[in-house]
Amino acid sequence: MDDRPWPDAIYAHFKRMNIRQVGYVPDAGHSRLIKRCIDDPEITEIVLTTEEEGVGLVAGAFLGGQRAALLMQSSGVGNCINMFSLIQNCGFPCLVLVTMRGEWEEFNPWQVAMGSITEECLRLAGFSTYRIDDPARVDEIVRIAGDRAFNEDKAIAVILSQILIGKKDWR
Amino acid sequence: MLDRRDVVKRLLIDRGDLLVVPGLGAPTYDVAAAGDHPLNFYLWGAMGGAAMIGLGLALARPDRRVAVITGDGEMLMGLGSLATIGVKQPPNLAIVVLDNRHYGETGMQASHTDAGIDLIGIAKSCRFADARAALTERDVDDTSRLLHAGKGPSFVQVQVATDDVARVLPIRDGREIKRRFMDALPKA
Repeated sequence: MDDRPWPDAIYAHFKRMNIRQVGYVPDAGHSRLIKRCIDDPEITEIVLTTEEEGVGLVAGAFLGGQRAALLMQSSGVGNCINMFSLIQNCGFPCLVLVTMRGEWEEFNPWQVAMGSITEECLRLAGFSTYRIDDPARVDEIVRIAGDRAFNEDKAIAVILSQILIGKKDWR
Repeated sequence: MLDRRDVVKRLLIDRGDLLVVPGLGAPTYDVAAAGDHPLNFYLWGAMGGAAMIGLGLALARPDRRVAVITGDGEMLMGLGSLATIGVKQPPNLAIVVLDNRHYGETGMQASHTDAGIDLIGIAKSCRFADARAALTERDVDDTSRLLHAGKGPSFVQVQVATDDVARVLPIRDGREIKRRFMDALPKA
């Protein structure tokens, strides 16, 4: 039984895959993982003004020989749509970890509009998606998702559901 | 007013091992007109993304110099990326905006810079180490030196004429543009 907090399982795969740049817009669900990345001198963390910037970042990093990953909330997916065409057109590997809002015990009804179309938007933009509800599956799914992204030069999104995030006190 | 083709040719004539990211539209044609090179990552889309591609590249390759050459409209769409670059302070990144104050691809509508929006002021307030205008050929030569030796991040607004120039179209296949760039760039 994997009793690590789930963000630590993701971080361990970042290290295994040699992720060197991590772009993010600050997000409560990703706060533990963001802190792990900031504390790691081998990872350059890049705080973005909008998630869209991260798409260009991933492409530039890969052109320079480094692997990158993006952390965002479901609302951030909507900010990226046209920029995702860069990934599609050039066949860049793109690993995105999305924390969900607006789908489960959501206190802010304004999150529902984007949250309810997040996964569909990602698919339309060329991503394969994997949804995780159970913390025990984070390790396996992030391993497979990451390997697919970098072995296939593929856009892959891991959807970290609000059921998963809600089980932890992530504040 | 400077001629955009002359400026870009002058900037790239002794490019050495410079890595170049041209923004979509006229800057991509200007960079192609200066001479095709595998270390040009031509953009045909992703408007607003050129500076961030430059940042990812500059962070990945601190041993190389990176020049983003883009237009005022493309830069305006990614203004937030100037703040993001200012946070990371990459010393090897320069952003050159060929500012003709108009959207040339869509019929020469005025851009925000035509109304006096000050890109240099924005770059300065985003903590760019060097942010300046280029109005003369001498300024362009200074810009060329900045691309190869300045301590960045650097920002240059090159004031170019609005003249319509013939399109010089480089390759368009994104996978091929990526593949030949990566093949031509030896590992760090």
